[in-house]
Amino acid sequence: MANVPDDLRYTADHEWVRQTSEAGVVEVGITEYAQGELGDIVFVNLPKAGDKFTAHQSFGTIEAVKAVSDLYAPLAGAIVAVNAGLDTDPAAVNRAPYADGWMVRLKLDDATQFAGLLDAAAYRSHIGA
Amino acid sequence: MTDSAPLLRTPLADIHRSLGGKMVPFAGWEMPVQYPAGILAEHNAVRNGCGVFDVSHMGEFEVTGPDRNAFVNRITCNDVSVLAPGQVQYSGLLTREGTFVDDCTVYRFDNKLMIVVNASNRAKAWEHVVDLKGGANIRLRDISDDIGLLAVQGPMTQALLQPIASIALDGIGYYHHGAGRIGGVDCFVSRTGYTGEDGFELYCRLKDTVALWEAVTRVGAVPIGLGARDSLRLEMGYALYGQEIDDTITPLEAGLGWIVKLDKGSPFVGLDALRAQKERGLNRKLVGFRLDGRGIARHGYPVFSGGKQVDVVRSGGQSPSLGVSIGTTFLPAGQAVVGTRFEVECRNEKIPAEVVKRPFWTKGSVRK
Repeated sequence: MANVPDDLRYTADHEWVRQTSEAGVVEVGITEYAQGELGDIVFVNLPKAGDKFTAHQSFGTIEAVKAVSDLYAPLAGAIVAVNAGLDTDPAAVNRAPYADGWMVRLKLDDATQFAGLLDAAAYRSHIGA
Repeated sequence: MTDSAPLLRTPLADIHRSLGGKMVPFAGWEMPVQYPAGILAEHNAVRNGCGVFDVSHMGEFEVTGPDRNAFVNRITCNDVSVLAPGQVQYSGLLTREGTFVDDCTVYRFDNKLMIVVNASNRAKAWEHVVDLKGGANIRLRDISDDIGLLAVQGPMTQALLQPIASIALDGIGYYHHGAGRIGGVDCFVSRTGYTGEDGFELYCRLKDTVALWEAVTRVGAVPIGLGARDSLRLEMGYALYGQEIDDTITPLEAGLGWIVKLDKGSPFVGLDALRAQKERGLNRKLVGFRLDGRGIARHGYPVFSGGKQVDVVRSGGQSPSLGVSIGTTFLPAGQAVVGTRFEVECRNEKIPAEVVKRPFWTKGSVRK
């Protein structure tokens, strides 16, 4: 069964969201379940620091051998960092989706909305785990 | 067949599931697209070692009777008369317009011929062949449901299979076949494949398919799904029906002129149209390309040249062996030369592409 860490929040689009030590800044990636469904990942196209997105807006794409998938902003905010390591090692998303496979850090427009994301139990139920 | 028809299953379906195969619908069959190792690992296993594919879903037609050679020569575009018993030939079943009903391989035996067709075209190809029978003194049988087929591919294949084979595999040349037992299972063993690597296709009785699979995996052949089958064949530039070829495309356009024997001395279905096309000259030709930017050119993405759309991507993907994004498309004949630059629209972004030589992958172990 796919690993769904209890200390993260999730979206129905199979992204995880982690509160960082900096207030209002979250880290975003795709879940272990999502990487398993996509298969071997060969490119991750990410935005630039400073780009702004509304909730559910596409902020990038993830290209796997057999499929391409959009990445969606979990909440409205501005990009403060991107994981440049994925340029040369996109397979990190397959290998370590919750660690080296992180994608962007987002400064939320409204930090209180974080609590409205799915918790681990709700996400497990979403994927039938 | 309707979408709601239950999917067909090969004798190996339960084994694929038990191995963790991700099962998908393919041409009406439930087939593994990949196993837990993943497409890249499976691809590399075939390039470097030995993999086994379940291709029991493919179709086989048997032709017997006194007119068998003349009949198959009339319904296929390659020249059956040059085939000796024990040989295999890549060929095409064509419409009167010279376009593909299907591509196929033709096997000659002492007393029969066998035509192997794509699973996706089995019903259509069978109907086509039966329609052409006319007064020929032959017997046609669709034996697909009686036959299991495993493709064992990769540079280590012969070394792995020889200890469990009853015949000297080295004596079977490229595009030749012989009869023998593999792991105790009666097979005919064909040095053919769709990967660019050395290897064999093993045809057995349907009821023996599981025993044959167990025998070849026991000696080390790694299970490979349809995902890697596609990436391996694309790197070789081999045509896939529905992408590089279909019933609107002729072999001449698809770069398969070498399977068209206009002068074989007997007429065949599609001959007049192909002769006329050859005299007139081609409007378009299939090319291989490399994408010179970040992205993957996927099947159906628009292809632009000189500011206007000229085709779509026929096949495309990341080449695991080369680490670049490759694909095939049709270009106007004048532009279909190595070095031509054009663009592929990948998700609203036009990415530059350049025509390159096929096969993309030239280091395979396939015997020639």
